[in-house]
Amino acid sequence: MRIKFPLGRRDGPTDAWTKCPGCESQIFNKQLERNLRVCPTCGHHFRMSVGERIDLLVDRDSFEERDAGLTSGDPLGFHDQQAYADRLEASHIKTGLREAAVWGTARIEEHPVAIGLFDFRFMGGSMGSVVGEKVARCFEAAIGERIPAIIVSASGGARMQEGTLSLLQLAKTTAPLARMDVAGVPFISVLTDPTTGGVLASFASLGDVIVAEPGALIGFAGARVASGTVGEELPEGFQRSEFLLEHGFVDLVVPRAELRRTLGRLLRALPVAAAAGGAWPPTEERAWGPIGVLSDFAERLGGAVSETIGIDVQAEEENGGGPTPPASREAARPPRGGKAP
Amino acid sequence: MTAAPPTPRAVEEAWRRVQLARHPQRPRTMDLVSRIFDDFVELHGDRSYRDDPAIVGGPALLEGRPVMVIGHQKGTDTDSNIHRNFGSPHPEGFRKAQRLMRLAEKLGMPVVTLLDTAGAFPGPAAEERGQAEAIAASIKQMTALQVPIVAVIVGEGGSGGALAIGVGDEVLALENAVYSVISPEGCASILWRAPEKAPEAAAAMRMTAADQLELGVIDGIIPEPEGGAQHDPDATARALREALLAALGRVTRVEPEALLMTRYARLRGIGVVNEAEVEPLRPVDDGTLRQRIGRLLRVPGAPRRPRWSEVWPSGDESTDNEGGA
Ligand SMILES: [Zn+2]
Repeated sequence: MRIKFPLGRRDGPTDAWTKCPGCESQIFNKQLERNLRVCPTCGHHFRMSVGERIDLLVDRDSFEERDAGLTSGDPLGFHDQQAYADRLEASHIKTGLREAAVWGTARIEEHPVAIGLFDFRFMGGSMGSVVGEKVARCFEAAIGERIPAIIVSASGGARMQEGTLSLLQLAKTTAPLARMDVAGVPFISVLTDPTTGGVLASFASLGDVIVAEPGALIGFAGARVASGTVGEELPEGFQRSEFLLEHGFVDLVVPRAELRRTLGRLLRALPVAAAAGGAWPPTEERAWGPIGVLSDFAERLGGAVSETIGIDVQAEEENGGGPTPPASREAARPPRGGKAP
Repeated sequence: MTAAPPTPRAVEEAWRRVQLARHPQRPRTMDLVSRIFDDFVELHGDRSYRDDPAIVGGPALLEGRPVMVIGHQKGTDTDSNIHRNFGSPHPEGFRKAQRLMRLAEKLGMPVVTLLDTAGAFPGPAAEERGQAEAIAASIKQMTALQVPIVAVIVGEGGSGGALAIGVGDEVLALENAVYSVISPEGCASILWRAPEKAPEAAAAMRMTAADQLELGVIDGIIPEPEGGAQHDPDATARALREALLAALGRVTRVEPEALLMTRYARLRGIGVVNEAEVEPLRPVDDGTLRQRIGRLLRVPGAPRRPRWSEVWPSGDESTDNEGGA
């Protein structure tokens, strides 16, 4: 009996070519996949599915999806030229996903994280009630389990078909971030092509560290809207990752091949704030932490901690080799010994 | 509710409200503030870049008690509208709001916000200065602000630019105010590919005050004079003042900790989510002999270790933005 192997992971499409929108060159699909969906000629970063993102970023066999059973309702009974329910079904068939985002726990270079990932092919990665719920649960799990949170965004914005319920997801996904500040749990926001509208105008812009893939479209309004509104000529590279880096809204622009390693370095350099008796025990003279947080504590404790606000420039601890990324320079180690709520 | 295109009557009703909310004679934030509060002291500037006239704010007295008032400000004629940028803030407007909210928090003053904007300004300068970050930071600040907040939609509640000062312990709306995730014109041009379908989009998004109450996005509706607020700004302001006093009476009675818990729960609960127990998908490694042998011997064409990209593979990139705003 002959042992038969399937020809490849996928039939058909792998043999096709894709035209690069960056340099117009024709890329063999298998080559594109091997190259992490980055154009070998010009470096254009093609979009990735949630599955490819997981393979790219997290340690093998470490991803455990949570809340897989969340699905959207149709609270407005929304119908344009198509019913909302039909658009959801079409996206499900196209992507195999139940919604535009997936979240779960995983490890990145051994560091446990709560990670959420968007897929632009599911209704433009738009955020309705379910996507907002998943993002919020991801953050809440990060707080509860004291592990960093990472969201990899790719979204056109808030989902129109759920009206203001989608708009309010901006607040629903942002509220947990204020709690993460108090709890001392870091949030790394990864922006990929495209991240616009309501997703950018909420949690995605509020990472403690914000990392973007090269050349990604990142903006509040669509570029066409922006130029159409004012009839102005747009600056070179407008709304691209590098533009945001230059203007101070992104920390690092990282090519896809280095993304996992960069996240690993950040996770090592920016750990969850040590609970009582952590690696760097606090003393009365030496405490680090965002002053806003301390003032919150101060209020609750009647000013008891106000004198512990201090700044200490301490030599960096073991860095695992390699230069310190800029973002970790001031790696805050708020040793909140016993004072955490 | 079954999904069907909105009826002609629903379309007409929704569009009538949109036009009332945008009425050129509708009382603007400052028209209302001057009628409702005593001694409003307008403060200016975000302490970083400039003063944005599209957002006004400062302390005022309401029945002798200090409150922090913040609102969008549209103009009343061409000149003032150009000055106010038609009530569409730049990032510095939201940063001014943040600064005033911090002051309110420091002094323990309740915050009253009045929403009336078509949306945050989408121009290149706004992008350059971080429009999205400014909105996000404003929203985040409001979700955890340690003082009570009452937000009132008095005209147009246009998307993120409205929500940026619209998170509240109570959220109210004037009867002819509207609230939406995107302008009806924007929605129509994306989903119908025809901006002239704006009335249909307005109805489909259910953006009237009555709809918003039904959806649980707002807590109450403040009646307007017959025919709309523009017919009697004094009466409109009186009704709004009464509603504010009542709402502030309720929210200022709550202990700060309970207030923040309730606000968080309110935000967390927004939206409709179906939840079922399902077995999460995972890459299938059926572990069959042929797979193992294939990998071991590196037989060409043998399956590799299972990967998530097999569960959720990529496909063609030609996805329209069919939902995002
Ligand atoms: Zn190329």
